[in-house]
Amino acid sequence: MSLSPALTPAVQSADQPLLAVRNLSMRFGGLLAVDNVAFDVRRGQIFAIIGPNGAGKTTVFNCVGGFYQPTTGSVMLDGQAINHLASHRIARLGLVRTFQNVRLFKTMTVVENLLISQHTQLETRLLPGLFKTPQYRRAEAEALERAAFWLEKVGLLAVANREAGNLAYGQQRRLEIARCMITRPKLLMLDEPAAGLNPQETRDLDRLINELRAHHDVAVLLIEHDMSLVMGISDDILVMEYGRPIATGAPAEIRSNPKVIKAYLGEE
Amino acid sequence: MSGFSFLEFIQQIINGLTLGSIYALIAIGYTMVYGIIGMINFAHGEIYMIGAYVGLMVITGLGLFGVHSITAILLVTLAISILVTGSYGWTVERLAYRPLRGSPRLVPLISAIGVSIFLQNYVQIGQGARDVSMQPVLTGGWRFGPADGFQVYVSYMQVLIAVITVAFMGGLTLFIGRSRMGRACRACSEDRGMANLLGIDTDRVIALTFVLGAALAAVAGVLVSMYYGLVNPFIGFIAGLKAFTAAVLGGIGSIPGAMLGGIVLGLAESFASAYLQTEYKDVVAFSLLILVLLVRPTGLLGRPDVEKV
Repeated sequence: MSLSPALTPAVQSADQPLLAVRNLSMRFGGLLAVDNVAFDVRRGQIFAIIGPNGAGKTTVFNCVGGFYQPTTGSVMLDGQAINHLASHRIARLGLVRTFQNVRLFKTMTVVENLLISQHTQLETRLLPGLFKTPQYRRAEAEALERAAFWLEKVGLLAVANREAGNLAYGQQRRLEIARCMITRPKLLMLDEPAAGLNPQETRDLDRLINELRAHHDVAVLLIEHDMSLVMGISDDILVMEYGRPIATGAPAEIRSNPKVIKAYLGEE
Repeated sequence: MSGFSFLEFIQQIINGLTLGSIYALIAIGYTMVYGIIGMINFAHGEIYMIGAYVGLMVITGLGLFGVHSITAILLVTLAISILVTGSYGWTVERLAYRPLRGSPRLVPLISAIGVSIFLQNYVQIGQGARDVSMQPVLTGGWRFGPADGFQVYVSYMQVLIAVITVAFMGGLTLFIGRSRMGRACRACSEDRGMANLLGIDTDRVIALTFVLGAALAAVAGVLVSMYYGLVNPFIGFIAGLKAFTAAVLGGIGSIPGAMLGGIVLGLAESFASAYLQTEYKDVVAFSLLILVLLVRPTGLLGRPDVEKV
């Protein structure tokens, strides 16, 4: 389960958070979309960001994942600043994400979608590929095995050779999560994973996320509207409104926090 | 009388398939590049022309060294032409298109036209603007039909063109469908941004498609120089236009589409030459293009381009 030496951070201690976000602000012209947000995600934790529409949740996500360059503030993964890295570099450091609108390779098969995400770990030089050297075959076989493992885990083994675009929406979401997990990330970021799912699929998702955390050594950072999902599985919750953090804490505290109730339900 | 015209019909099919194979080989280069970066590489016809020149030079050179075995000539010529032409394809992408990545669509298109003009003149300066010819390497063929009537003629060269084309297309299909780099190519053509996020070096994949396209154009060039025994610096223009037509006809971005489009176009031209007049073959070919664009803009096998969110 160990990661390659190149990925080992310079500084690492047991109590250091996996992800540390400090003073994060993002300005689009005259709009301050994210205003001074700070939070920590610890190893193995499930951390949720919630808030009404337009609260700046996805903007925070995009800053953490390297899509946006934050106006101010820092993002540290395992003690290493990542807010100046390109998103594919961040992905290689072990921070991967899904998208609100599922972004699978729809014309490729389910199993190919999982092989593609292992591309960087696989030998892609032309000659070994042309002559199918033993190492090439072994690496390909291992990649297939890992793909099969994750397909089984997310319950898609039976549809492995179908085109990904033909799967049901809930299956596509699970495939997207499997595609992230197969790269063995430290932090999995899920952007509204329950959006568009029915209650049964949401419960399956809930179980899957819990299992990932329990058995696969990954922390989960998620944005969600579905309160039943968030309250059930999160260890900590950050509530945002108009780009500002208004509360952080365990689900029970959040549920009874008057500021949160006001933000969601309006004033009495 | 009816048997007579039937044999003529067969003859046109054979001629059409030969021509169509050449178009199809060139068309794949257009369609693969379009599939990945959404750009029409207007310099591709010139790449094919360079492939034909290299082919002719190598064959002539081998003749000087006394190599006359057709297998040896074919293998060596194909190998050298693919290597040289492939590196032209790579260089053109590296120098003329990669620096423009991320600029508006029109910019690389204009750069491509510039490269096309440059390569044409570059070959003219190096090789002269006149036709360069050589003795045919492979002559003869089979005749079928009544001794006193119309006979269908299938030259060995036509059979060779068909066999080589099928072999290279089969190879390409296997590569795209089965290999890791082929998988990466397909992923890039579907969602380049996502492929990049998953850590795929998209620049390398793009360079690879240019090299593959150029290699197939080189094969077409070698076959043409063996078939006609004649090249000049301007053959790339019309061949490029025709192959582009074939790619659009089949559905630009689709590799099987380019193969099918090439064959359909070759057959259409062959029938036009036979049943109308030879001069009308280009008219028919480009009318076909206009018709497809009007009736079925996605081409025969193309998928409708869904607007990405």
